[in-house]
Amino acid sequence: MANVTLRSVRKTYPGGFEAIKGVDVDVGDGQFCVLVGPSGCGKSTLLRMVAGLETVTGGEIDIGGRVVNGIEPADRDIAMVFQNYALYPHMSVYNNMAYGLRNRGMAEAEIKTRVEEAARVLELSSMLERKPRQLSGGQRQRVAMGRAIVRQPKVFLFDEPLSNLDAKLRIAMRVEIRKLQRRLNTTSIYVTHDQLEAMTLADILVVMNGGQVEQVGNPLDIYEKPATTFVASFIGAPPMNLMSTRPEEIRSQLAGSNAADAGILGIRPEDFVITDDVPAGGVALPLTVEAIERVGAETFVYGSREQEDQRVAATPGELPPGEVIVRIPGTQAPAIGAKIRVAAARAKLHLFSDDGRKRLEA
Amino acid sequence: MQKQAIFQSKLLPYALVAPQLSIVLIFFYWPALQAMIQSFLLQDAFGLSTSFVWFDNYLELFRERAYFEAILRTFFFSFAIAVSSLSFALLLAVMADKPLRGVMLYRTLLIWPYAVAPPVVGVLWIFMLHPSLGVLSRYLRALGVDWNPLLDGDQAATLIILAAAWKQISYNFLFFLAGLQSIPRSVLEAAAIDGARPMRRFWTVTFPLLSPTIFFLLVVNIVYAFFDTFGIIDTMTRGGPGKSTETLVYKVYTDGLLGGNLGSSAAQSVILMIMVIVLTGIQFRFVERKVTY
Repeated sequence: MANVTLRSVRKTYPGGFEAIKGVDVDVGDGQFCVLVGPSGCGKSTLLRMVAGLETVTGGEIDIGGRVVNGIEPADRDIAMVFQNYALYPHMSVYNNMAYGLRNRGMAEAEIKTRVEEAARVLELSSMLERKPRQLSGGQRQRVAMGRAIVRQPKVFLFDEPLSNLDAKLRIAMRVEIRKLQRRLNTTSIYVTHDQLEAMTLADILVVMNGGQVEQVGNPLDIYEKPATTFVASFIGAPPMNLMSTRPEEIRSQLAGSNAADAGILGIRPEDFVITDDVPAGGVALPLTVEAIERVGAETFVYGSREQEDQRVAATPGELPPGEVIVRIPGTQAPAIGAKIRVAAARAKLHLFSDDGRKRLEA
Repeated sequence: MQKQAIFQSKLLPYALVAPQLSIVLIFFYWPALQAMIQSFLLQDAFGLSTSFVWFDNYLELFRERAYFEAILRTFFFSFAIAVSSLSFALLLAVMADKPLRGVMLYRTLLIWPYAVAPPVVGVLWIFMLHPSLGVLSRYLRALGVDWNPLLDGDQAATLIILAAAWKQISYNFLFFLAGLQSIPRSVLEAAAIDGARPMRRFWTVTFPLLSPTIFFLLVVNIVYAFFDTFGIIDTMTRGGPGKSTETLVYKVYTDGLLGGNLGSSAAQSVILMIMVIVLTGIQFRFVERKVTY
């Protein structure tokens, strides 16, 4: 049981590349922290620094009240689940799980108890004598989990553990990991690029971009109040619609609010309704339906605005300028080419500064 | 999907493999057959008459004490060459596998000795360790070692083993380096997190994962020590002093070409041929199947 605290942690590679540009995160005892961000944002590097597999070039990493910067991975009392599972291919499932305990000089009887208990929890009891190559992807993943839990470490570290599984198994394992973590109540740090995994697993969500933390907080708070346009478009699928407030069409509708400084307006696809009424203080947009996607429970409408919009701050998953996604119940489906009017209430508007780095209250 | 080329003419495929087949037939099968026939024949000293003697050449050989000594010597040489070359190459490969400054230069230099032909290896080492000319001999004598491989059989054997192992280090190094690089980094990282110190990590994870490579190289090195050391022995000691560095292959040469006993020499080469077939058989059998983890 331990807190994990990162204090202005930095990583600069010998070539001068700054992978981590000062990160502060505080993970409480027993909390599940998820680091999420696009590829190359430094999230895996940060996790490997906590594990001790990468050196720390600035700041402090504190596990359970002890600064671990110069401490070997073996002595940090952590366990890690790797993306490719990193099982020992020449050892049986049993020995894979027992290896870390044997290295620490634990008695064989105690090892046996622990491994069998972990195998029971993970439904691996019948496979203890098998070699990793005789297991399916999901089973290997569970062995990797088993290897972590038998150690009963202070902290679990997960490096995209589900990304090699197929979609269905990934969802099942996601739930399993969450249940297991709740039961063991072990502080965990989990790295993923999948925003859905991030939302569903996290007690604390850390959204990273370009080696920096964009926002830290409860996943729903982040969803409802994204701090930057990056977070706004990264969290949520389909992404938030972002548009410039400069065109007269939008400027006039925002008049009277403290949105005068705002350069960018964001509206989530589900916050639009197709209506001819303009809600007081809200924003309405005329759209031409370009395409629709019917997925059963809901329908996604891809519309183009009549006025060309200039491009706003580029972020992952961003829509082409002038395109708007609207998410409506699956029962509705406007015809392609139809002219519709969509509107969002004032409370649903997200306003950001011109550079997209600052959220403004509407 | 079937991978089968379709030829219009029945002759074309045979014509295409003919060059390769003819080389194999002329340079491998024909001499082998000759040796087999010769091993059943006995020729008088002037080559005037030849008689068919069945297995007499073999029986004669097995009664010969020197032949058994040569077998033991060859096994000892092979073992010593394989073990010293493999362990030293593994040590170098482990060191070259680290992210070092100028690691490419280091690796390239380590591969160079492989390009040196065995007789040249012999000449190089004899230059360094010749009792009266050698540079290193002077230092050895300064250290109080009575270094004279031209007279001392054990020293001659050491010299042969040293030179033969040195030549093979590059080859082994190359395979070990490739083997080490194919071990996923995350597996070693997992072992580090699992509390294994570097030495323990090496013996419990790296070494077992290298076992297919090690086994493969062991067989290759034994075959090398059996046959390819001829050039080294011939330039360095010519089997001497006495017979202290005469291996099976060298004995085939001395008995046949120098001693003129072609029948015995042929019988010896047939026995060597059988040994190679057995070694190759072991290699195929185990490398392909057994030694996977």
